[in-house]
Amino acid sequence: MKNTPIYLDHAAGAPVRPVVRLSLEQSLQAEPGNPSSIHSAGRAAGLRLAQARDALADQLKCKGRELILTSGATEANNLALLGIAEAQREQGRHIISSLTEHPSVSAACERLRNLGFEITYLKPDQFGRIEVQELESALRDDTILASIIWVNNELGTENPIEAIAQILKDHGALLHVDAVQVPHWRDIDTRKLPVDTMSFSATKIGALPGTGMLYVRQGVNLEPQHFGGHQEQNRRPGTENLTGIVAFAAAWEDLARKREQERKHLGQLGGRLRDQLHEISGVQINTHPEHHCDHILNFSVSGVDGESLFVRLDLEQVAVSNGSACSSGSQQPSPVLLALGLDPELARATLRLSWGASTDELEIDSFCLKLKKIIRDLRSSTDR
Amino acid sequence: MSLDKPRVIMAMSGGVDSSLAAALLLEQDYDVIGVTMKLYSYDETGSAPEHESGCCSLDDINNARLVCSELGIPHYTLDLSGRFREMVVENFVSEYKAGRTPNPCIMCNTTIKWQALLERVVEFGADYLATGHYARIVRDENGGVYIARGLDPAKDQSYALWGIKAENLPRTLFPLGDLTKRQVRLKAGEVGLRTADTPESQEICFIPDNDYRRFLMENYPAVLESRPPGPFVDGSGAVVGEHEGIYHYTIGQRKGLGLATGERIYVNRIDLESNQVQVGSREEAMSSRLVMENCNWFISRETIPSADLSVQIRYNHAAQPATLEFQDRGQVRVKFNSPQHAITPGQSAVVYTGDRILGGGTITRTDA
Repeated sequence: MKNTPIYLDHAAGAPVRPVVRLSLEQSLQAEPGNPSSIHSAGRAAGLRLAQARDALADQLKCKGRELILTSGATEANNLALLGIAEAQREQGRHIISSLTEHPSVSAACERLRNLGFEITYLKPDQFGRIEVQELESALRDDTILASIIWVNNELGTENPIEAIAQILKDHGALLHVDAVQVPHWRDIDTRKLPVDTMSFSATKIGALPGTGMLYVRQGVNLEPQHFGGHQEQNRRPGTENLTGIVAFAAAWEDLARKREQERKHLGQLGGRLRDQLHEISGVQINTHPEHHCDHILNFSVSGVDGESLFVRLDLEQVAVSNGSACSSGSQQPSPVLLALGLDPELARATLRLSWGASTDELEIDSFCLKLKKIIRDLRSSTDR
Repeated sequence: MSLDKPRVIMAMSGGVDSSLAAALLLEQDYDVIGVTMKLYSYDETGSAPEHESGCCSLDDINNARLVCSELGIPHYTLDLSGRFREMVVENFVSEYKAGRTPNPCIMCNTTIKWQALLERVVEFGADYLATGHYARIVRDENGGVYIARGLDPAKDQSYALWGIKAENLPRTLFPLGDLTKRQVRLKAGEVGLRTADTPESQEICFIPDNDYRRFLMENYPAVLESRPPGPFVDGSGAVVGEHEGIYHYTIGQRKGLGLATGERIYVNRIDLESNQVQVGSREEAMSSRLVMENCNWFISRETIPSADLSVQIRYNHAAQPATLEFQDRGQVRVKFNSPQHAITPGQSAVVYTGDRILGGGTITRTDA
């Protein structure tokens, strides 16, 4: 049997879009220049930066100055939480988050807890979705901020962000949204959506790692967490990653242009995958059946050892993510999966599949065949 | 990837030995999968952070992973820490509590590597388990399979492998058995392995500072509460001092007794019931007999020869000629041709014929 590599881990690292290659070539051919320099080369670089910023702002229907370009979504999430909490600390000390956040949010929350803030973590339903009633009952007079992920990166489950945003707006608290997995899936209009800050990652949409962005609605105060430069309106100093930012803008424009067409394809692949998984006994889909994005699916397999399942898939050249994060060190089940109520054993035997425009039906079918065979093997080896 | 190649799980510590073993298996055209076991974390064992070596630090796991990537083979980290705690560390503690001197490496080989890890060999669809031990797998003309000493007498690790079940020997590979340590380092340098110069591993991996008393007292104070200080006695039973608790001592120990007698004295006996530690001259600690239990044999009892046997009683002991006497309930009495110093309950007695291991067991008594 020939083993063609199957890459179903686009949410961890998406293939670079062809427009990004083009953009990189152009950047490498451009004159040297720091956007902050006042000579002509600096001005040229400054123009390229401004154009890229405007292009990114167009995607969100916001102003260029509402964007803080960062080293990635982790920094953007950290900056939003730590920066807003510091700026708002006289207004209150209560922050709401959820048990299904990315570590760059949950660890920042724990940092704030150590600094004297109180954090309430909302419990999700069995598919990882936060219901608005949960949020409403957690609100307090001294609630200054909530941080809720829009589309969960491990599950693909979507939270009701429009409703959540409205509730917080009415309450007078700020809302930060981790929107890293959203651009693939829908157009974001910040004029209609009352979200205060929102984080994005370039590498997740087929641009380069090392680039990310925090949208900060005009008028939202945020204390910088890095010091020593005027860049990004003094909110994030350091020479801008011009090449990465230009590529980010190119990727997002390309994505927006093709979104409807790509979504259709992604959705069909997801349906095909679900159909085949339903045929395997002991497979439980953890992604919300209704409220989900088109490119992520999470499921658990009962009666097999999670480590062995993952290893066997890798040995068959199948790249997916598993329910216990790490390439080195101890294999603790993901806190997000535990928050769904999965027992640790099942959480370890959990796979996150994510696909993209370059994925085809053959890959999905071939994955399902391999998965079935491996599950059969593993179940019979434990019976022995 | 060819599916015809035999697949090997190579246990990798992140050191030079297992790194080179992986490279050698590749040269021999095996389909090699590198695996590093995470057996404990230093947070738990409470040692100083400067101890970066030993097979479970992040550095070592990363080294193993990088070596595998450079060799172009997969690598996985398996978390076996729960099993290790239960089977190896807790046994280590209870053995000291019982006045014996355990050998955790043997316990780990028997219950972790050739049990928990071997289970993964099946699950990963592999045919063999390989380790970087300096030992060999040999076969006799009758089809018997044995473990034999590694060819480098200074590094031979066969003593610690007696507990492997006979049926698992055909699934075991020791790629370094025919090499000396010097050859391994040279070859690792030639191959360009990043681990070619890693330091030798320490004695007990989960106690990087080698201070087992500190380890016991810091981590298991409640267990040791029932082992208070008591009397040192001499051969006649006369009290000659106070000991700090029996788990502080091992048979044959000379240093750290805190007894000023003007002559060399050794721990000769540890008595759990009376809480006495008996000390005396080297001669008083000589014995020709021991009893071993929990034995494991590579060949059936009937085929074990009666002549040309030698028995090794600790890692750094030269095996000595002896005869065996099989008893009920799997007990075996060993009689050495000449008295041996400091036969220690808790250590293993390993039976060799020439350089081949026939089997072994745990020493339970010396005065039989």
